[in-house]
Amino acid sequence: MSVGNPRHQRHVSLRILLAGLAALIMILPFVIMLSTSFKPQTFVLEMPPELIPSEPTTRNYREAWSGNSFAKYFANSLYVALSTTFVVLLLSSMMAYAFARFDFLGKRIVFVVLLAGLMIPGIITIVPAFVLAKNLNLLDSLNGLTVFYSGGMVAFMTFLLRGFFEKIPLALDEAMTIDGAGPVRRFFHLYLPLSRPALATAAIFTFLGAWDEFVWALTVINDPEKRTLPVAIAALQGQRATEWGLVFAASAIAVIPVIVVYVFAQRQFIAGVTAGAVKD
Amino acid sequence: MAATATTTGPASPEVAAPAPAPRDSRKRRRESLTAYVFLLPGFALFCLIVAYPLARSFQISLYDWAVVPTQASRFIGLENYARGLADEQFWLSMANAGVYLLVTVPGQLVIGLALAVLLDAKMPARGLFRVLFYVPVITSWVVVALVFKYLFNTDAGVVNWLLVDVLHVADANIAWLQSRWPGLMAVSILGVWKGVGWAMVIFLAALTGVRDDLKEAAALDGAGAWDRFVHVSLPAIRKTLLFVTVLLVIGGFNVFISVLLMTGGGPAGSTEVPLTYMYRQAFDFLDFGYAAALSFLLAIVIMLVSYSQFRLFGGDEKEVD
Repeated sequence: MSVGNPRHQRHVSLRILLAGLAALIMILPFVIMLSTSFKPQTFVLEMPPELIPSEPTTRNYREAWSGNSFAKYFANSLYVALSTTFVVLLLSSMMAYAFARFDFLGKRIVFVVLLAGLMIPGIITIVPAFVLAKNLNLLDSLNGLTVFYSGGMVAFMTFLLRGFFEKIPLALDEAMTIDGAGPVRRFFHLYLPLSRPALATAAIFTFLGAWDEFVWALTVINDPEKRTLPVAIAALQGQRATEWGLVFAASAIAVIPVIVVYVFAQRQFIAGVTAGAVKD
Repeated sequence: MAATATTTGPASPEVAAPAPAPRDSRKRRRESLTAYVFLLPGFALFCLIVAYPLARSFQISLYDWAVVPTQASRFIGLENYARGLADEQFWLSMANAGVYLLVTVPGQLVIGLALAVLLDAKMPARGLFRVLFYVPVITSWVVVALVFKYLFNTDAGVVNWLLVDVLHVADANIAWLQSRWPGLMAVSILGVWKGVGWAMVIFLAALTGVRDDLKEAAALDGAGAWDRFVHVSLPAIRKTLLFVTVLLVIGGFNVFISVLLMTGGGPAGSTEVPLTYMYRQAFDFLDFGYAAALSFLLAIVIMLVSYSQFRLFGGDEKEVD
């Protein structure tokens, strides 16, 4: 290793400098958002901008949390995201199991249909989906959000999990079968426990997808009581255009849990993002 | 890999499925039945939420659709499509999406690749930088769009303050979100900023897979860092480049929330993109038939563009995975 080499040293310093500069640009908007969320209304649009508020206050957070019902919206988002995660994980791991370990008539057709569904961005079907939700009485309903989010994400998670299930040694499967375990038992006692890392990745992506979703919720939720966080934040900004401190306090309430989870589970994130994208 | 022999899935058609051991057909049928039980709940939900609306979308696009259930919808054939093709506002929205693509796709490719190369070496805090670059990707579009709306504020925005008061490159504050080109530029900058971490993570994973011995051999032959990058690393990650480009283009055509929240498509529809225009037709004017036709036109454009990218740059490879 040429660690002591001055040329090498300079090279590493340059890399760190460049990476640090890039990181600053990526993070600065969040710093400004947080800083603004602690400013009283009179300082929010003051020039020159202050990165560290001279008169910091937590008033925006208190007002968002109780005065503007963000406690309620947080609970709504949490409910929808958790229930979607549960439904998607259950259904997609079952499908992945069928694809990975069974031969059945129509396997190819079902596979191609799922794949086609993956390619089509959900918003293309927003009009008929709205008509469907109306006919099923799922407008203005948190469970309705869960149903539509789950349907929209189940294909992707099936593909993610299928790749993992296929790598589980067949010998284990056969050993359990010889011991008299049926397919259901093998699914619950072999495939699910051995796939924990993949399930964690799928869970994080599903949760985040539901937590951040905006357009569908904006379209089907009219009742202010049923708003999720993204809809509530956009509505807050729409009604009180210049109260940026309040808007960003509400935003921080939505974003900080995500960033905390991300920092702790980043390995699962990266695994999910690069799955299928890079051929090894 | 022990499991490869059992993957008879259509995803790997080139791996010939080994002939299953002869079994009696009753056992086979039972296996099929088990598979269907596991498949059914998820597939039924998928059909209801994704497949059925897709078919229904085409049906609705052929009607002058009545939103009120008591009124009858009128079948008008392809009239909605003809109207879309002749709609100048729709073409303006397509052109705006084109501008967005021209900025965001090369922007994310080049910066994402540069960041990946930067991190593709032994250096301290490498993991930390990867985490930081990726934070915008995981943040909700609503939040980042509002943050950028605040940053691009005309009279008291940080961007104008930097340009006018700090760097002195502009004489007066720019009305970023109140006119077409600056508005598209602000939205595009947000697009690059938010997406660059995603491209970086995928490129980094691909670069890590480039064999070191190839790079070392090139170095021994006297190739400099740039030559090694262009002649060894880039060709090795060609498929990943294509994959990322196609997904960035699809994502660019789907730009929506940032425009909706930052400019609202205004002023006077000049920053409208296809999805904001379609959404307005559907949920402001309740013209469901026309909106469905517009979304189909957009889907067709996306498919054609993706297909031609594979044809132009895919070379002899048929699929990218």
